[in-house]
Amino acid sequence: MSITHHLTSPFSEADIRALHAGDIVYFDGPLFGIRDLTQIYIFDQGHKPPVSLEGMPCIHTAPSLRQVDGKWEKICVGTTTSTRMDRFTPGLIGTYGVRAIIGKGGLYQGSLDAMHTYGAVYLAIVGGAASLETEQIEEVEAVYFEHLHPEALYRFRVKNFGPLTVAMDSHGRHLYDEIAAEAQRRLPDIYARLGVA
Amino acid sequence: MSSFDYRIVEEAAKQSYIKALCDLPPDVRAALRKARDRETVPTARAIFEAMFKAIDIADAKKTLLCQDTGLPIYKVRVGSRFPWNCAAIKSCLYEGARRATQEFPFRSSSTHTLTRINPQTSVGPGLPVIYWDFVEDSDALDILMVPKGSGSENMSKMQMFYPQHGIRAVKKFILDTVVESAANPCPPGVIGVGLGGTSDLVMRLAKDAICRPVGQRHPDPQFAEMEEELEEAINATGRGPMGLGGDVSCLAVHIEHAYTHITQNPVAVNTQCWPARRARAVVLPDGSTTYGY
Repeated sequence: MSITHHLTSPFSEADIRALHAGDIVYFDGPLFGIRDLTQIYIFDQGHKPPVSLEGMPCIHTAPSLRQVDGKWEKICVGTTTSTRMDRFTPGLIGTYGVRAIIGKGGLYQGSLDAMHTYGAVYLAIVGGAASLETEQIEEVEAVYFEHLHPEALYRFRVKNFGPLTVAMDSHGRHLYDEIAAEAQRRLPDIYARLGVA
Repeated sequence: MSSFDYRIVEEAAKQSYIKALCDLPPDVRAALRKARDRETVPTARAIFEAMFKAIDIADAKKTLLCQDTGLPIYKVRVGSRFPWNCAAIKSCLYEGARRATQEFPFRSSSTHTLTRINPQTSVGPGLPVIYWDFVEDSDALDILMVPKGSGSENMSKMQMFYPQHGIRAVKKFILDTVVESAANPCPPGVIGVGLGGTSDLVMRLAKDAICRPVGQRHPDPQFAEMEEELEEAINATGRGPMGLGGDVSCLAVHIEHAYTHITQNPVAVNTQCWPARRARAVVLPDGSTTYGY
C-alpha cells in the first residue's frame, strides 16, 4: 500500500518514521546539494559544514549554476548515482542529523542501519528528469565551500519537490533489494520460457 | 564546387547536439506513453508521470531534459553524390560539438582519463566519436547525433562465447546483464544487442541497435522474434521504471548482427536510458539543412 506524503523540510524524526518503503514523497523547504568531493572534504579532510544540516534532506548532485551579479542562479540541476557516496552516509546521518538522502540507485546495508538507528530515509528521484528537478528548485539560497563548485555544498529552496519514492526506510526495508530478490525468484521460470534453463 | 560553406555542416553538428539534449524523439515519447498505459504498479505510474512532466518542461523552456550531456557520437552517412570533402566534415563535427557546449552553454561531460581534467568542450582526443558510412544513390549528408550518458553506458558488457554455447548462452547473457544493471541505466530504456562480428564490431553493433527508432523491429524475422522474446523476458523480471518495481523494465530490445568467425559466438549489450536521445540533420549540396530524428 503506497501512501503519498506532502512534507516540509527540515524534517522531524516523527515525519521520517511515518514513511515506509514504496510511499511517495513531495516536499517544500530547504534542500542541500552534496557530491563526492563535498563529502571527501567534510569527512576525509575534516572540514565541518559551516551550516546546520539537522533534519535536512541532502541530494546527490553536481549542479550547473551561474553567478549573476554575485548571486547564484540555476541552469540545470540533475541527480547522480548514489552508491559511490555510500560510505559517507552513516556520518551524514549520525553526526550531522541529516534525515533524508535523495539520489538514484540506492545505498548499502551500513546506510540502511544508520537510517534505522537515527531515523532517516533514502528517497529515489526519477533519473534523467533534470528539467523537472530544475523547475522545482525555486532558488539557490547559498553555496558553501564555494571553491569546490560544482561539488560544493549547496542550499536550495524547493517547492513541491518530487515525486520521490521511499526506497530505504527507517524500519529496515530496502526496496531495491526487495525488487532484486523478487527478480531472482522469478528468473528460473523466465529462463525456462526463454529456453535457456 | 569549391564554394561550399562548411560552416553549414558545423552548424548542423552544433544544432543536432542541442536538439538531441532538449527534444526527445516522437518514437521514444510514444513508447513511454505505451509503457505508462500498461503499467499497473502505482509508484511506477508516478515515475512515468514525472518523466512526461520533465519532457514537457524541456519542450516549453527549450532546456536540457537530463543533466548528463553524455559523450557526443555522430553517425554520418555520406551520399555518393554529396560533393564535399569528408576531412573538412570531420573538423566541422568537432567544432560543432565544442560550440554547442560553450555557446548553449551546457556542462561538458568529457574528461582526460589520467588527469581527469575536463576542458568544458565535450571534445578532445577521440571525441566526438564519429562513425562513417557511405551510401549509393544519395546526394545527402545525413548526420545522426547521439549523446550517450554514463548511467547506461557504464552497464555495457560483451562476451566472446564459443559456438558450442549456442544461442542459449547468448540469450541468458543478455537477460542477466539487464537484471544486474538494476536501476543504474535509468530504466525503462532500449536494450541494444550486438551479435557476431569481431570483439570491436559486436560492441559497435550494440551501439547501432540503440540508435534505431524505438520499437522498430529487425527486418529479418529470426532476429525480430528474438527481440520480442527478450523484451518479454526482461519485462517479466518486475524490475520496473528506475528499478523500483513495475511491469515495464525496458521499452524495447533491438538486435543488430553481423557474420562472425566459425569458431566465435560474440554478444554485446549496450543499454540506452529512458531518455533515448538522438537528433538528425540532413544537409544537401545546395546548403539546405533539415532537422529531424
